[in-house]
Amino acid sequence: MKSDTITKYVLFISSVVILLVSGGMVFSLIGDAVPVFEKFGWRFITSTEWNPTEGRESYGALPFIAGTITTSVLALLICLPMAFATSLFIAEYFRKSSFASVIGSMVDLLAGVPSIVYGLWGFYTLRPFIVELGLDPQGYGIFTSGLILAIMIIPYATSLSSEIISMVPNELKEAAYSLGATRLEVIKYVVIPNARSGIIASFILAFGRALGETMAVTMLIGNANIIPTGLFSTGNSMASVIANQFGEADGLKMSALIAIGLLLFVITGIINAVGKLVIKKMS
Amino acid sequence: MGVKQNTIELKDNSAYRRLKDKLFLWAVIVVSLITISPIVLIIGKLAWKGFRQINFSFFTEVTPSTYDAMIAVSNNEVIPGGIVNGITGTLLIVGVASLMAIPIGILIGLFLFENGQKPYANLIRNLSDILQGVPSIVLGLIAYLWVVKGITHGYSAFAGSVALTIMMLPLIIRATEETMKMIPGSLKEAGMALGVPYYKVILRVLIPSGFSGLMTGILLSISRILGETAPLLLTALGNPMINWDATAPTSAVPLLIWDFYNDPNMVDLIWSSSLFLMGFVLTLNIISKRIIAKR
Amino acid sequence: MNKNIDIIDSPVLKIDKLHIAYNKTDKYAVKDVNVTVKKNAITAIMGPSGCGKSTLLRAINRMHELYPAIQTEGGIYLNEENIMKMSPIHLRRKIGMVFQRPNPFPTMSIYDNVIAGYKLNGIRIKKSEKDKIVEEALRSVALWDEVKDSLHKKGTFLSGGQQQRLCIARAIAFKPDVILLDEPTSALDPIATSKVEDLLVKLKKDYTIVMVTHNMAQAARISEYSMFMYLGDLVEYGKTKMMFTNPRDKRTEEYLTGKFG
Repeated sequence: MKSDTITKYVLFISSVVILLVSGGMVFSLIGDAVPVFEKFGWRFITSTEWNPTEGRESYGALPFIAGTITTSVLALLICLPMAFATSLFIAEYFRKSSFASVIGSMVDLLAGVPSIVYGLWGFYTLRPFIVELGLDPQGYGIFTSGLILAIMIIPYATSLSSEIISMVPNELKEAAYSLGATRLEVIKYVVIPNARSGIIASFILAFGRALGETMAVTMLIGNANIIPTGLFSTGNSMASVIANQFGEADGLKMSALIAIGLLLFVITGIINAVGKLVIKKMS
Repeated sequence: MGVKQNTIELKDNSAYRRLKDKLFLWAVIVVSLITISPIVLIIGKLAWKGFRQINFSFFTEVTPSTYDAMIAVSNNEVIPGGIVNGITGTLLIVGVASLMAIPIGILIGLFLFENGQKPYANLIRNLSDILQGVPSIVLGLIAYLWVVKGITHGYSAFAGSVALTIMMLPLIIRATEETMKMIPGSLKEAGMALGVPYYKVILRVLIPSGFSGLMTGILLSISRILGETAPLLLTALGNPMINWDATAPTSAVPLLIWDFYNDPNMVDLIWSSSLFLMGFVLTLNIISKRIIAKR
Repeated sequence: MNKNIDIIDSPVLKIDKLHIAYNKTDKYAVKDVNVTVKKNAITAIMGPSGCGKSTLLRAINRMHELYPAIQTEGGIYLNEENIMKMSPIHLRRKIGMVFQRPNPFPTMSIYDNVIAGYKLNGIRIKKSEKDKIVEEALRSVALWDEVKDSLHKKGTFLSGGQQQRLCIARAIAFKPDVILLDEPTSALDPIATSKVEDLLVKLKKDYTIVMVTHNMAQAARISEYSMFMYLGDLVEYGKTKMMFTNPRDKRTEEYLTGKFG
């Protein structure tokens, strides 16, 4: 039985890796973010000034927080009807048919496209299209980024939503049909109320994805350190400012970027925890 | 006649409601088709613009210098060279990440399976879930702090591997635990009853009978990290030459795409490289789906 | 195979040469059924599982059409109107249905469950009207006294028998002409079953009831007329008493004596 004890220990020790990684992550991010918080305090979060000039250094993350939130909220708003309709297509209207599996696998493929390829497509296809429509002369900014983010998070929202929708008991739908409801009324009064928390959770988790997406946003948002003023305003997100400015960063600026990483870590952590909690409450 | 009497006149409003029902169905169909259109457009664009660049040297030569590329472009020729330094770099970085993440992930998955709903196991499970939600750029920062600054004292393939390992771990842990739950408990008990040591039951019974499930999880997690760019930007940095030294800066296909995108002379190479990367990712995806279908 | 006799003088429901197949290539799940159903009576449909009795029942309010590939021939007449020519939505208000397992809507209160038919059909009525309908429906299923203080709670805390009576209340809130029940007591315990049976006997004064049952004793207890189906055929149809005491067909006899089923 001695070897069994060793096996148990090996399994236990490997689980400690997770503790070390997550603990170490928090420790390192906080440790390296300290200098910037010591220097600027809360101003780091509330200030809009981002000036790396030596001697007059000043770092405020508000524009990037605003950029992340606006692009992600916009992405969520665009994603909502699309993922919802696609989930109904897959899990209700064409349930178990080959139409549904074709659409389902194409949505899955969307999840497989690397972020940088989305960025390229956004830059070379979506951006010129937006220019052509006359929406904006440059085509960069919050709207373009939000749109590409929406496409990127659709598969996450769709796969969970459609799973939940397909789990709504058939007998409830039949009860509604037997009372004379049309399919739309069954969806409105039976399917949605019964799947509601799962659908909400799927959109919360998709929103969490949007917050941290880097490359595609970096390529489309316009990289301006300002608080976005409108749909077609340029800006910078928390993730994109790290990607953009990391190369030439050291000292206080590096600390500022790491502090932004810490904020991003905390925000996505909270959003994901809320999403998981909603799912847990459901079951 | 019965005594019942309808107090309310129920007029037949069904025509209007059926019209609404039809309209909604069509809206769902149209919106769903719009939703999937980007994947068709993206693959179409990559194939259309990328296939011209893909030739033998694309897989055997390193990236050209900006100057060579400029000359070729100005002469309206195909840009010379290839992306072999990116391909080898991706193999190195992803290979090392897999070597770390797969065994550790499987062990942790087994640990969670063994310990069910115990508080400590739940803590590990929740932490693993949180790790899965951490943006990849933050993992890049972490690997930079730990490896680039702490171990290799410079940008390195290994630093990239560490970032990707943390990305892979939660996926492999989850896949292992789910797979183990599907294996009938009697199989494990049969092994244990014979007095076989537990590690042998794991190696000879659990892992072989869950092989397809584990394989699916592993392939999907590799396909998830293959295209990652942001964390590598902060860790592996890039390298114009083929490099097999894990402690040195190394290129990767997504890093090359980023470089090409930023270099006006080489911008034509983005399509072929992306086509190659997408092809790679999708092939892995399809293989893992096949495994699921067979199961 | 036509052993169905016209025994009913004032039929509310008439099924005429009905054939149903689940798709074009399948064999018939229901074959050449010709039946008239008596008003204000309980008619039971019996038979071993897979004999087509549920399919026949579901055809009466066209619920069987939820399988899109289904093929239906022949006619069903409700008060001499061909239901195949009516809109299914409108039809289902006139022919209500109760299912095998109690299925109150878990997201709605007891009150909303009873009134669900009105809500689902987009019919707007005054609050006082609603209150009246809910009370009347719950009283007629003998549930009013049990739930009148918790009308606005979710129906899911009720026992299985109470839930099934709630579902019957939901079906009769519309005052349908016919109520179809698909093995309504198969998920209930004996006490709850007998309550539902008593209730059905009371309800037939106001409604025509057609029910599928697995339970021969139940059919014998509460139904006036019985159909016996086997492999899609309507083998025998007649007064329940006659069928149980003196079955005309050998298969009916074998089923009733427990040789198969």
